[in-house]
Amino acid sequence: MTKLARELLFPLIAVLAAFIVGGILILLIGDNPLVTYRLLFGSALSWPDGIGYTLFHATPLIFTGLAVLVGFRCGLFNIGAEGQLYIAAFATAWVGITFANLNPWLLIPFCFLAAIFSGAFWGAIPGVLKARFGSHEVINTIMLNFIAVALVSYFTQYHYKVPGDPILQTSPIGEGAHIARLGKFIPGFPERIPLNVAFLLALLCCLLVYLFLWRTKWGYEIRATGSNPSAAEYGGISVRTQIVLAMAVSGALAGMVGINEVLGYRYRYYDGFSDNYGFTGIAVALLGRNHPVGVILAALLFAALQHGGIYVDGFSEHVTKDIVQVLQGIIILFIAAEAFFKWVLGGRFSMHRLRANV
Amino acid sequence: MLELRQITKRFGDVLANDRVDIVVKPATIHAIVGENGAGKSTAMRIAYGFYTADSGEILVDGHVRDIKSPHDAIALGIGMVHQHFMLVETMTVAENIVLGAEPGNTLALDIKSAASQIRKLSEEFKLAVNPNEPIEHLSVGQQQRVELLKALYRHARLLILDEPTAVLTPLEVEEFFAILRRMREQGKTVIIITHKLSEVLAISDEVTVMRDGKVVGRVQTKDTNAAELARLMVGREVLLRVEKSDPDVGRPKLEVNKLSVIDRNGSKRVNDVTFNVRSGEIVGIAGVEGNGQTELIEALAGLVDPAYIKGEMIFEGKSLNHMGARVRRELGIAHIPEDRHRRGLLLDFMLTENSILGVHYRPPITALAGGVFLDNNAIQRRADEIIQRFDVRPPNAALPARALSGGNQQKLIIGREYHVNPKLLLVSQPTRGVDIGAIEFIHRQLVALRDAGCAILLVSAELEEVTSLSDRLLIIHDGRIAGEVDPKVATLEEIGLLMTRGH
Repeated sequence: MTKLARELLFPLIAVLAAFIVGGILILLIGDNPLVTYRLLFGSALSWPDGIGYTLFHATPLIFTGLAVLVGFRCGLFNIGAEGQLYIAAFATAWVGITFANLNPWLLIPFCFLAAIFSGAFWGAIPGVLKARFGSHEVINTIMLNFIAVALVSYFTQYHYKVPGDPILQTSPIGEGAHIARLGKFIPGFPERIPLNVAFLLALLCCLLVYLFLWRTKWGYEIRATGSNPSAAEYGGISVRTQIVLAMAVSGALAGMVGINEVLGYRYRYYDGFSDNYGFTGIAVALLGRNHPVGVILAALLFAALQHGGIYVDGFSEHVTKDIVQVLQGIIILFIAAEAFFKWVLGGRFSMHRLRANV
Repeated sequence: MLELRQITKRFGDVLANDRVDIVVKPATIHAIVGENGAGKSTAMRIAYGFYTADSGEILVDGHVRDIKSPHDAIALGIGMVHQHFMLVETMTVAENIVLGAEPGNTLALDIKSAASQIRKLSEEFKLAVNPNEPIEHLSVGQQQRVELLKALYRHARLLILDEPTAVLTPLEVEEFFAILRRMREQGKTVIIITHKLSEVLAISDEVTVMRDGKVVGRVQTKDTNAAELARLMVGREVLLRVEKSDPDVGRPKLEVNKLSVIDRNGSKRVNDVTFNVRSGEIVGIAGVEGNGQTELIEALAGLVDPAYIKGEMIFEGKSLNHMGARVRRELGIAHIPEDRHRRGLLLDFMLTENSILGVHYRPPITALAGGVFLDNNAIQRRADEIIQRFDVRPPNAALPARALSGGNQQKLIIGREYHVNPKLLLVSQPTRGVDIGAIEFIHRQLVALRDAGCAILLVSAELEEVTSLSDRLLIIHDGRIAGEVDPKVATLEEIGLLMTRGH
């Protein structure tokens, strides 16, 4: 079996198994699973709205999936992408509001840098805590999520809201900070669909993350640390530095969700905008086998489920869009149970290991 | 007593035992020798019921027996002592021994009568084990005797011992052999699995040699010698003794001055150690494992936080104390670590990626954009050079390091460290878990590097290795240098005494 096929096998089994189990559930609820799935994917892949919205929803998931991936490759579990993207989205909006009158050629890069660096900063905090004091990044990133959400809500409510606005959102950013929606370039693709340049940026980031991790000395050091910190140390690599660096890069990637959300979609900071992007990013990275190409595919699948789910809600008799949550949950369960699969499939896979050890 | 007939066992694609015939006569000591992966442990685990054979039969006392589990084996009087002891540290000797075979009825555990029985057995075989002592107070050698008692308590008539001397000091080995001989006198049968030829010759009556899952030789110990056994094991002539000329010694490269390494609990693992290593010589450090060797080498390699180090480490006149591992490597200090899986390799990385660890950040490995990017051609070239020069097999640089055998992993590490032309080589347990053929090769490479003018500091738990390779030999005990001897004239007894008693 080729390496590629091996890498693809378990994610495919997980997805397939999830749809089978989900299908049984749909049957039990009283609908026809084939009809439901056709509705789900038919609406997620229709032109232009289905595809447009699926790609739009995939954008933040690619960013957060990459963020989690970079952490994983360094042996770190970044559960803090959610907090990082909130901080970054708010910082992006803040720059867009404060320097609203700046020339777009300056303002947009400025907003980008705000998203990237504020995310990197928020991500680096648990990195420093781990490198300096050895405190576990899982605990600290979870805590920092709460702090981030509360912090941006506070600033929105008391400092950046338009007085009298019943919605918890900031005043709009300057028009110069808006980035183009893809409808502007694609004939027949309406501009009302919020799919924007950030999607292309996300794809570019996949390429950059790949080059960074597998083609640069820094990526080598991060991966070596993730693979075996003792050996990395032996090779003259500062494990502490790698932990901080990886968390900062991870945070920066999560922060770029702010570009999609603020500069390409709502043109303001809208409190509580994230549909658990940071957490779904963990599933995206796992299903994507911690590889940038896998992250794209997994993000597309999860985005399609998310968008198609809305139609399932509206047009099927009994099943609601919660079925999407169920499917996602089962996929994650099956991915987590990969070791169990390998054991069940037995022989072939475990034997490779055993022979290596003889 | 025990006979394996045409035993075949397959693990996936690997034929671990191929029609293995072994006959063990009663009241003898029978050695089973072979390289790692030769199938000797597999055969014995089949006899003990850990594995079931795919085909073939097992005869005990001339009757075909169906041994499905260790329980069946014990019932037939077969006991096995594993390389890693299975003892509960906090419980007493007696409690450990009765564990799983509790006397009395299920509710009232009669530990007292068990203890007296154990005491009797201990006296019978002169094991000198107190049944009421907790395991954690015992030395490794004593713990091993507890394992023997465990088998004897269960009325074992045949004892299978898997690499029993790996954990013992030379003196303990002597005592241990005396115990085995007493057991033979009392009518017990002993099977000893080992790869140390000197021990085979010293203790056994008969030898079965295995290679690649097959039995390749059956000899009476008195009719054979080490060279013949090695040839049978490897399948070709093997040079057992390292051949080397007198060293051409230069100036001191490494000077260690009153060095102490303190662990987290504040105790001194290395205690006030002073020595030097000159270019063109191999300085050996002999000692029972865990007497500070690991800490000494790691301190010299820059892997210990300077806060835990006292004293001075000087390389070519420069103090190393506050230099990180990377800077030391740049100065020309290479390091072959004792634990290749923990320190030496990125097991999931390809050989190419492993071949650049330590030099991955600078030209010629990096290129473009001020040396940010890795140059894949340069990496491939380097990996191929190492694979070719050090005969790493299989010669496929795209394999993960995990897929190689221990010996080939070690060759990869040695090749990587040699590739930088080191001025000082720190090397720990260079042949641990490595096959005889590769051992010979690694020894020759170490001597060749010495002859090229490198200063080498060698730590090894294998006394023969460290005495035959070293030009000067230091003995370490409890973190201190207990003495220096000339390895050409010192006897093993003399060295062994320094290793255990200190002075």
